[in-house]
Amino acid sequence: MTEFALVPQRFFSDRFNVTPSIMDDLLGSALRGRVDDADIYLEYRVNEELVIEEGTVKKASRHVSQGAGVRAQAGTRTGYAHTDDISLGNLQEAARQAHAIADRSGASAVAALQPTRTPHDLYTLDEPPTVTELSRKLDLLRRVDAAARAEDPRIRQVIASVASEEVVMLIATAAGWVVGDVRPLTRLNVTAIAEDGGKREIGSYGGGGRVKFDFFLSEDRWRRFATEAARQAVLKLGAVDAPAGTTTVVLGPGWPGILLHEAIGHGLEGDFNRKGVSAFAGRLGEKVASELVTVVDDGTIPNRRGSLNVDDEGTPTGRTVLIENGILRGYMQDRLNARLTGMAPTGNGRRESYAHPPLPRMTNTFMLAGHDDPQDIIRSVKSGLYAVAFGGGQVDITNGKFVFSASEAYLIEDGRVTAPVKGATLIGNGPDALRRVSRVGHDLAMDEGVGTCGKDGQSVPVGVGLPTIRIDGMTVGGTAV
Amino acid sequence: MKTDLLVSVLKRAAERGATAADGFLVEEQRFSATVRLGQVDTVTHAQDQRLSLRVFAGKASAAASTSDLSRESLERVVDEATQLARITGADPHAGLPEPSELIDRVPELDLEDTSADDLTPEAKIEVARKAEAAALESDPRITNSEGAEYFDRRARYAYATSHGFAHGYATTSFGITVSPVARRNGDMQRDSWYSMARKRASLEDPVSIGRTAAARALRRLGARKVKTTEVPVIFDPETAASLLRSVASAVSGPSLYRRASFLLDRLGSRVAAPAITIVDDGLVASALGSRPFDGEGLATRRTVLVNDGVLESYLLDSYSARKLGMVSTHHAARDGSGVTVGTTNLMLLPGSATPSEMIASVRNGLYVTELIGFGVNGVTGDYSRGAVGLWIENGELTYPVEEVTVAGNLLDMLAGVEGVGNDLVLRDRTSAPTLLIGRMVVAGD
Repeated sequence: MTEFALVPQRFFSDRFNVTPSIMDDLLGSALRGRVDDADIYLEYRVNEELVIEEGTVKKASRHVSQGAGVRAQAGTRTGYAHTDDISLGNLQEAARQAHAIADRSGASAVAALQPTRTPHDLYTLDEPPTVTELSRKLDLLRRVDAAARAEDPRIRQVIASVASEEVVMLIATAAGWVVGDVRPLTRLNVTAIAEDGGKREIGSYGGGGRVKFDFFLSEDRWRRFATEAARQAVLKLGAVDAPAGTTTVVLGPGWPGILLHEAIGHGLEGDFNRKGVSAFAGRLGEKVASELVTVVDDGTIPNRRGSLNVDDEGTPTGRTVLIENGILRGYMQDRLNARLTGMAPTGNGRRESYAHPPLPRMTNTFMLAGHDDPQDIIRSVKSGLYAVAFGGGQVDITNGKFVFSASEAYLIEDGRVTAPVKGATLIGNGPDALRRVSRVGHDLAMDEGVGTCGKDGQSVPVGVGLPTIRIDGMTVGGTAV
Repeated sequence: MKTDLLVSVLKRAAERGATAADGFLVEEQRFSATVRLGQVDTVTHAQDQRLSLRVFAGKASAAASTSDLSRESLERVVDEATQLARITGADPHAGLPEPSELIDRVPELDLEDTSADDLTPEAKIEVARKAEAAALESDPRITNSEGAEYFDRRARYAYATSHGFAHGYATTSFGITVSPVARRNGDMQRDSWYSMARKRASLEDPVSIGRTAAARALRRLGARKVKTTEVPVIFDPETAASLLRSVASAVSGPSLYRRASFLLDRLGSRVAAPAITIVDDGLVASALGSRPFDGEGLATRRTVLVNDGVLESYLLDSYSARKLGMVSTHHAARDGSGVTVGTTNLMLLPGSATPSEMIASVRNGLYVTELIGFGVNGVTGDYSRGAVGLWIENGELTYPVEEVTVAGNLLDMLAGVEGVGNDLVLRDRTSAPTLLIGRMVVAGD
């Protein structure tokens, strides 16, 4: 038992009469069919959301969900059962169902080990965001609305929201490891719609993390988010058609790091590589990027949206070097895929909730800073695209093709940033795109804290980061031929 | 049916000062089995429930929900929601529909199939195994697999309002998905195929699903980029359905009252080629999107959204309808956190051309079989997505294409439809036949 189990442990034993010794007994019964690994995960989650539109409250909601997931694994097989009614009878039934799958197999013995690292303490808050008074949040949303409108008379509509969450989790594994975590998370989001002579455009901005509500007040963040959303919407009113075809692309710092998430991140998740279905499978030690490129996944950065004290299997998170000076160095692992491939778990086993079995997932994925001056990088481009903000992205991990959509981008003409262009999708090939990185800036920035990643129908909060980089040749999906 | 539980929750809300309230309860049981390379991969058993509550304090409202249906928890939810409603401001458009608008009889839509109740997990696993085996055995170039899944889901819904509505219904759904990986030299390609239905007997044969999935992965081997060009583009039924979803989102109430839609102020005018008729029909017996009433207790119906290219209806719940000065089109949907607008069975009605006739009519163009990414701007209609498909030369499908984008503007794309296939099949909640769009920009080298 670790001290990190104490608060969650008290929570679940007070509320549901489920104690670590009961969990241990249940694991004993799940293990009787000889499995390789097993665990019980308990979760209690409160979500709160406030949305204002046209200055009035459109939505005020509070949701509570709770449940337990029981997992048993033998060889490559996983039995998973979950229930949203945390009671001894239901947990026993879940353990029986999870165990039934492993039972048929005849696995070796309990192979899972306790983690060697200790859990982190990355986001203890004296006032979690779910506790902060609603009236303060509403007041801030009204100020956000006013600030976005004040930015430009063409702003006709503002939608602003604060979403806050607290998750209490406790996990007990077959190896006798019991650990818990209390995870705050909050996000302020602003959408502005600009209208001018029948033309309309939309801009969005936001941020947050595992932080107090006051995070939005410090450094006037709320005002910056509001004016950024408004500025983007107005800017796009005058955007020209994006070019179509292959061109030089310069990505700005911060959120454009979504490139890494799609181009290489998913392809380096342990499950796809164990199954041999990733374009990066079997390529450890090979050169997959320019030597200017070093990429890490780091779940240990204090207060960041993608950070975790322990992952959803109880493994303390870490900093995993994925690519070092262009060489593929590591994959992101959960316990199952680490065990099956003889590697160490990296603290990347994550799940959306108790209703989902864990998968290898990213935390905060970013490229380390280089030496170039960002302005020099732009000046080095004769003709190309400068993209600073993006919407979502997606990847086909098998053929390596990935896309991500620019929401704010400009033409580069003769080394100068010129006209804003309409949103366009950029498409590339994971194992190839990072080989084309020819300049890396010294201005590494992490995103503001808005990322959500989807895989197998499971969404988890993540972070990305990037310095300004130049990519020699990417396909831009515009309409200007 | 736990409608009694809902009614007691609504009663407590009234005691706590709510002037009106409604509640929605979902209980579901799910089973899923994934098989990979013939071996069981993951088997999941699940049991979930969620009660969501919306309360009004005059014209102010709030929502709350919980998965804990114990008495103390439900009391807490009611108290929290009524407190929340007190601090939010008044919204003149908030409120339940008029009692007279609610249905009094729940139509029978044949949405439930209990025949899987006696199936053992082993028998279900076997279905997935059979589907995957068919893919693996169909060609030596199918060398790997992301697995095959069988799932079934049973759900019960109950809805009640403070003005006395209390009804429920039950549904089942079944599905099979296969995702094989094809390999030739260094080239690796994955694709998938699926079948979903309310009735187990309506699922496609697992062997044929596996073979289709394999054929889809195989035809992608050797895919390449093409030169950037402007050509006719044919969307297969799966990708054409995604265009329909963009149209539905643009005509849904929240997009319209936020003025965030490329179809704003277009009601009654031509928005697409005359060959385009789009219908939302929630009454199709045993269909995946059917439901007896909407998320506010209003009767499900058949709505013509676009008729011969003319926009005839929006998709509205009662809130967005009041806000727009219109009446609800009975498209309220419940998501975990409240009331939204949603479609039922959304479909583009078929034309008369066969897909091969449509392909034969194109000299040089792209046949799209998969789209990736989120490059659709619902406010302007600007469209730019990653595409996978086959190149059309002289009216025939030739080599596979990847790492390209297709781009245009949805208004131009809808107006530029030059052919609608005769191959509409309701495979999913949103379905379309093959579509031919006269000109789009394909970006590559």
